[in-house]
Amino acid sequence: MSIEVRIPTILRPFTKDQKAVAAVGTSLTALISDLDAQYPGIGDRLLENGALRRFINIYINDEDVRFLGGLDAQIKDGDSVTILPAVAGG
Amino acid sequence: MSLTISRAFVDAIVEQSRAEYPDECCGVILGPVGSGKAERLKPMVNAAHSPTFYEFDPKDLLALYREVDDRDEEIVVIYHSHTETEAYPSRTDIAYAGEPGAHYVLVSSRKEIAPAIEFRSYRIIDGVVTEEEVSITD
Repeated sequence: MSIEVRIPTILRPFTKDQKAVAAVGTSLTALISDLDAQYPGIGDRLLENGALRRFINIYINDEDVRFLGGLDAQIKDGDSVTILPAVAGG
Repeated sequence: MSLTISRAFVDAIVEQSRAEYPDECCGVILGPVGSGKAERLKPMVNAAHSPTFYEFDPKDLLALYREVDDRDEEIVVIYHSHTETEAYPSRTDIAYAGEPGAHYVLVSSRKEIAPAIEFRSYRIIDGVVTEEEVSITD
């Protein structure tokens, strides 16, 4: 099972400039772990102390994973995952 | 490096910052992919509703990126207002700047300089802030 993951500009240096990559995993934790195995370092940009970073948004299809159980969110064949940095500041 | 922006967009952003005062206002200007041209103004909701913070709502953010993709556009400008401080990126602005290709525009409507408005533009890349010229076209 392979999931399409859309990568934001700021993380493309990790993915050799690819806008979308394929990863496997039935939960968000597993998916991020696979992404980090393929593109070392990207996991650190998504997680902090084992939790999702506050200013990184991850969506499964159209839903923010925060409403799907966060890192425990389930992913199934045919889903697509989108990573976007928050647009925020002070 | 410089930002070219129409007078109408500058006026609209200043107007938005006044309308949403004392909260910070925010939005983007979009343009055709690869053009770098600031052609389509899109005000966004500040989901933080705060005088010291702004954040696009995560749902609006996804919709924005989908729309930009569908229309073969890119985010040329990301703007927000500072209501009490100068138009210079704050520490949090720098920490969360996630679009290395965008011009970050800051508008300040703080009382000390009223009725004048500060309108300045920056690149923020890997924590480094570089101010750039703003040229306003009629």
